[in-house]
Amino acid sequence: MFRYTVYRLVVALPNKLFQQYQSINMKQTRDSIADIWGERTPYYNEQWPERLDERVTEEPDHWVQAACVLCSTGCGMDIGVKDGKIVGVRGRGVDAVNRGRLGPKGLHGWIANHSPDRLTKPMIRRGGQLQEASWDEAMDLIVQKSKEIIDKHTSLGIGFYTSGQLFLEEYYTLGIIGKAGLGTPHMDGNTRLCTATSAAALKVTFGSDGQPGSYTDLDSAEVIMHVGHNTASQHTVLWMRILDRLEGPNPPKLIVIDPRETYTAKKATVHLAPRVGTNIPVLNGLLNIIIKEGLIDHNYINAHTVGFEELKAIVSKWNPRLVEEVSGVPAHKLREAALLLGSTKTLVSTALQGVYQSMQATASAVQVNNIHLIRGLIGKPGCGIYQMNGQPTAQNTRETGADGDLPGFRNWGNKEHINELAKLWNVEPDTIPHWAPPTHAMQIMRFCETGAIKMLWISATNPAVSMPNLGRMRKLLAKEDLFVVVQDAFKTETTQLADVVLPAAIWGEKTGCTTNVDRTVHICHKAIEPPGEARADLDIFIDYARRMDLKDKDGNPLIKWNTPEEAFEAWKECTRGRPCDYTGMSYAKLSEGSGIQWPCNEKYPNGTPHLYTDGVFATAADYCESYGHDLETGAAQTPDEYKLIDPKGKAFLKSVDYQPPHEEPDEEYPLWLTTGRLVYHFHTRTKTGRAKELQNAAPDSYVQLSAEDAAKYDIEDGDMVEISSRRGTVFQPAMVGLIEPGLIFIPFHYGYWDNDNRSRAANELTLTEWDPVSKQPHFKYAAVRIRKAADNTNDGPSAALAHMEAVIDHNFKMEGA
Amino acid sequence: MLIGNYLQLAFDAEKEAVKAFNMIAGKHGDEPDVYQTCQLLASWSQNHLNELKPWVEKYPARPDTTADKLERMMFDNEQKGSFALLRDLHDLWILVTEIDICWTVLLQAADGLRDKEMKTTFVKLQESTKRQIAWLQTRIKQSAPQTLIVGV
Repeated sequence: MFRYTVYRLVVALPNKLFQQYQSINMKQTRDSIADIWGERTPYYNEQWPERLDERVTEEPDHWVQAACVLCSTGCGMDIGVKDGKIVGVRGRGVDAVNRGRLGPKGLHGWIANHSPDRLTKPMIRRGGQLQEASWDEAMDLIVQKSKEIIDKHTSLGIGFYTSGQLFLEEYYTLGIIGKAGLGTPHMDGNTRLCTATSAAALKVTFGSDGQPGSYTDLDSAEVIMHVGHNTASQHTVLWMRILDRLEGPNPPKLIVIDPRETYTAKKATVHLAPRVGTNIPVLNGLLNIIIKEGLIDHNYINAHTVGFEELKAIVSKWNPRLVEEVSGVPAHKLREAALLLGSTKTLVSTALQGVYQSMQATASAVQVNNIHLIRGLIGKPGCGIYQMNGQPTAQNTRETGADGDLPGFRNWGNKEHINELAKLWNVEPDTIPHWAPPTHAMQIMRFCETGAIKMLWISATNPAVSMPNLGRMRKLLAKEDLFVVVQDAFKTETTQLADVVLPAAIWGEKTGCTTNVDRTVHICHKAIEPPGEARADLDIFIDYARRMDLKDKDGNPLIKWNTPEEAFEAWKECTRGRPCDYTGMSYAKLSEGSGIQWPCNEKYPNGTPHLYTDGVFATAADYCESYGHDLETGAAQTPDEYKLIDPKGKAFLKSVDYQPPHEEPDEEYPLWLTTGRLVYHFHTRTKTGRAKELQNAAPDSYVQLSAEDAAKYDIEDGDMVEISSRRGTVFQPAMVGLIEPGLIFIPFHYGYWDNDNRSRAANELTLTEWDPVSKQPHFKYAAVRIRKAADNTNDGPSAALAHMEAVIDHNFKMEGA
Repeated sequence: MLIGNYLQLAFDAEKEAVKAFNMIAGKHGDEPDVYQTCQLLASWSQNHLNELKPWVEKYPARPDTTADKLERMMFDNEQKGSFALLRDLHDLWILVTEIDICWTVLLQAADGLRDKEMKTTFVKLQESTKRQIAWLQTRIKQSAPQTLIVGV
């Protein structure tokens, strides 16, 4: 039904649809809205050919080196500047990550920098209203509140909730302020929502965070597996690389595990579509077949891993028939995928939110690592595991300790690691909270809710749309006894609830580094001045440290730097000898050409494409980042317990049995809801919603449902549908097709800053619960019910919907779907 | 032989544990991880009971001995909130730790009897109990500073 309608629209609309934005001076090498991935440059086992993507609205007078920050791929790009304004971007051909290519968000997102509704002055809530204030007034108020709270409740009354959007230098500075200055364990990032499981899975298996592989593995891999990762939409430039491989000699076989028929799934050699919440049965089933068929590397397992027998015992019951019964994945398809995985000599696997935000998240992500380990497919070209990140600098939040980790992947349970940090920062070791795991974001919010945290400082994130169960989130952020500081570039649903709003500079307006999924570090140079009185986040944090008079133990300022480059140099020292060693890098070196993959030090002056080439992992007791957790309960293992089983460099093969999701469809709420992203938007659209072309390509939220369910509930394409869960209700226009019966999908980008006509944020419906190990919330399932709220009236949202459907279908056709 | 008396002690304690974990899950349902994990751990204790049953039947407690029960006031706190949670987790820890020492005692007996099957069973049960204790300790350690210092 949907396909037919859309086909008509596309035939009628394409020129009008895709050319309406062209201005007179605009120049672009390709239309990335109409054709997301652009022209093919087929290749195999050689350097990925260059393709230079560029889009400018005027001819720049100069170009400034940077990297894209609208997903975690980390594409090298230059910012075009004319008369102090950004006028466009171009991909950097020299960069190993993208070889000149850019996706639609990269080519268009920069428009937001010059959006007329940028925040340009601090604001303070007075008499219930946010009113403009000076920086002195705003910062003094924050300092006064901080001191009052510390006096009365200690620094345990203060929490920080940051982002995956700032720069490395900013996170590191914030991390020291929180951990060594105030001494609060309550620091986390919204990375908890997107990449906590990636970090957790890497720690569980390899002893430390850090991706084993490199994007260059895609150049030669025979098999590529995407688990819960719609690569084509979420990482468009990585997908271009895969599309180029598919059109070149020796194309790879693709395995896609996703309940939806996504762009990525369309290209799969084998598409496994499990029921929501059944990743463990499918992955255990794949491992079971591989082991039973003897397709394992015994030498590698013996020399480089521990726990094989336990793994084998746990997965052994998951025969294909049982997997089919529980997950709905046909036995023959599971077998086909397992045999591909079991016979290939090279393998790249990627995992993302379909794993990380679902039931048994860490345990499932670890199973992906296990497939590589039992086949010995790691630490060499063509063999990569990308436990993907959602955000451009999520890796940095994790490395620097601005979240629930310690800087340099140090271990909070290891006293020596604490001593190293104390020495580096010249503070007493006891200042640094290490009596328990650092508080994760969901617990920080819970402490705010109960009143145990009195001040929450939010930077560059929008929890009032991105957290689960939004009714609860709005209520707790609005609490009288919680002082909320929000540092952002735009008015958001969260700034509306703040007591102080600080206007921040963004990408293009400040200098700093970002590290992507394959450990490539890029520098983003400042290209233009921030608008009005907006300041770089680094400057705001340093200003706070100075006003709080945070000192080291000799009475000198705790934060000893003023510029990003000085912060970077300090950070390098923090990484010396750790897995993420940056000591061989410098701003000068990063500004030369391509990004550089850490570790980069004396031994590897040009960086390192693969970790663990010798099969020695970061698990030794004195080196590892974590002493491990019980994968089912999250219980932390003690240092003594770990020392007893010290694997001394061998990787862990861990596994668990299946647990059904905590909320399942029932008579009252008979359907599964899953949520996710769209290709044209990022997060809560604070930037992409302000880039006209991106916003026009996906202007409104919708609910996707199967033709079967549409018929059952008498819903037609474009009808307004009421969707309710035990947490809340939203109204969305219907998009029928391309999804399994029993499951509905709502994109999570849409909140209320640009449209508060109806309840529409997907997270009104989602659950407050999280993975026991990674503490990542479960956004990928909830039980809901639906009913038709109104017929399609062919105006308002439904016109927007028709437009979106046209764009989606057009791109399906571009993929040859 | 008094093995049966210890088996009964463990059995009764596990019954109490199933009840207590479920009760704490419900009472502190606003703490999402407590809600879920306590239900999970209740199901583990239920599994322990199932595994124990044949052994309790094989070695019945001697009827002429007095009831071997440690009388105590536990879970008597009607209050909710972080302090009550800490106290409830503390009580759970005592209960489960008592079960842990039961396994140690019973394993000694299994050794003395050279009963391999009994030993295998109680090694498995003790491992599972220790995982319950580990979670309780982790959660208690996480709650303690905030509750005692900023507690509301």
